[in-house]
Amino acid sequence: MLPEEFADLEPFAARWCIATEAGRYAERLNSTMAELEAFYGAAHPRVGAAMAYLDGFELSDLPEPQLNLLHLVYSLIMVSLPVEVWHQPRVIDSGTAYFDRYLEPVP
Amino acid sequence: MARLATPPASWTTRYPELGTGLVSYEDSISPEFYELEREAIFRRAWLNVGRVEQLPRKGSYFTKELAVARTSLLLTRDLDGQVRAFHNVCRHRGNKLVWDHTPRSETSGVCRQFMCKYHGWRYGLDGQLKFVLQEEEFFDFDKADFPLVSVHCEVWEGFIFVNLADEPSQSLREFLGPMVLGLEGYPFHLCGERFAFKAQILSNWKIFLDAFQEYYHASVLHSQQQVPSLRSFETGYKVPHFQIDGPHRLISTGGWKGTPRHLLPPEQMYPIEPATQAGLMGPWERPDIPELDPANLPAGLNPGNLQPWSISNFQIFPNFVILVYERGWYLTYQYWPTSAGTHDWEMSYYFPPARTASERIRHEVTAVVSKEAALQDAATLDGTQQGLESRVIDKYPLSDQEITVRHLHKAVGDWVQAYLRDGKGTRA
Repeated sequence: MLPEEFADLEPFAARWCIATEAGRYAERLNSTMAELEAFYGAAHPRVGAAMAYLDGFELSDLPEPQLNLLHLVYSLIMVSLPVEVWHQPRVIDSGTAYFDRYLEPVP
Repeated sequence: MARLATPPASWTTRYPELGTGLVSYEDSISPEFYELEREAIFRRAWLNVGRVEQLPRKGSYFTKELAVARTSLLLTRDLDGQVRAFHNVCRHRGNKLVWDHTPRSETSGVCRQFMCKYHGWRYGLDGQLKFVLQEEEFFDFDKADFPLVSVHCEVWEGFIFVNLADEPSQSLREFLGPMVLGLEGYPFHLCGERFAFKAQILSNWKIFLDAFQEYYHASVLHSQQQVPSLRSFETGYKVPHFQIDGPHRLISTGGWKGTPRHLLPPEQMYPIEPATQAGLMGPWERPDIPELDPANLPAGLNPGNLQPWSISNFQIFPNFVILVYERGWYLTYQYWPTSAGTHDWEMSYYFPPARTASERIRHEVTAVVSKEAALQDAATLDGTQQGLESRVIDKYPLSDQEITVRHLHKAVGDWVQAYLRDGKGTRA
């Protein structure tokens, strides 16, 4: 699913290439910390390389593998605070609060 | 017991009409007061319902549900390019004119005419009734007598405001006043990349406004957002400038503990921030757009002349907030009451459109990190509402840096009092 240069992240692609924030947030809440840490551990060291690589393509016209990589980076962002800050999938003390991101830029 | 002296940097005492006494939140739990607010405030104040980018071309429209005013509005851009507002009600049998999935969900689109789903009556973008099915069967009937009911609508800096009064007592600019007008000239029109959120909140609308209009809570409720080595509950003002103008408030900050977040050493940040060069306060690098350069920004954006300056938070009465960030983006909140103890909340982030994947990724970081903090703010609200509704306590203290909370409840009370005194039944 991903460009060849990011084949090391392929084991996470099927689960984490998600186009919408609502989908990524749901997947995060549906994960264990071990799963979030495994994905974060693999993807976080690669985020700088992914950004530099994706900047070689037109944002509005990304081919499928590059679009998947972009969505994977969005998922890394989604799991980073659970790993770096909260140490749990949910935001600490977020109670029943839920915000529906109903509009977002594409891609 | 010893009483504490007045704090040295007292903002509250600069506005003697606010007093310094204990405050009641009966205005946030009483169904009777809520009914008064609906008339006194939401049918008399100018209300922001969106931005011109939501009406990009002639024939663009969107609907806005205003439960607080028991109406649905239809916003359009007519064939002359003018933005107009109407009550979204067909003149024939009272059906909601424009809706899509369900009558109670908002919708948007582009068209030349609006057709009622009930009997096919059609209206132009200017609200004129254009077509009536079997018109000859109606009695003494002239289509010109049955346009959509229009609503006062004005656009300021691309923000669309409506006023539901028959005749507003002030123009929009008079209502906004000099402090808010100080934002004029900010390049809102260049920030067209929008992330928008909605939430149903189990508190009175003012209780959530209160949560975002003081930063006294930040070191406790959001303590985890500081790396452990920086966490402290030290004293000191989190906000170096407050200002009040009429019913509106302004809060400016110079950055977390005086240092803009992007200038902190890497070990004082979470790893996703240096990895992507973005965080809670926005992308680290401001886009190279001349209009966003601080040297070119309107002076009224940072009226306290803070150096460094990082955020100005304009609290526009009654329910609209604009936060402008030094890193070249802004966000808005709107609080739409649905009952004394509930409201619908909207939040939008606006960035200059990303030109590269990196820029888009940095916007995503900011939108995600900022939302996480806001979830914590939202989570306390039903607990606060329950505590207030218990009526175990009837008066509460507020500190100097909670002046904004004191002011909102005062302004709401003043508008309700003015309505009871002057306006009842006349709907000024």
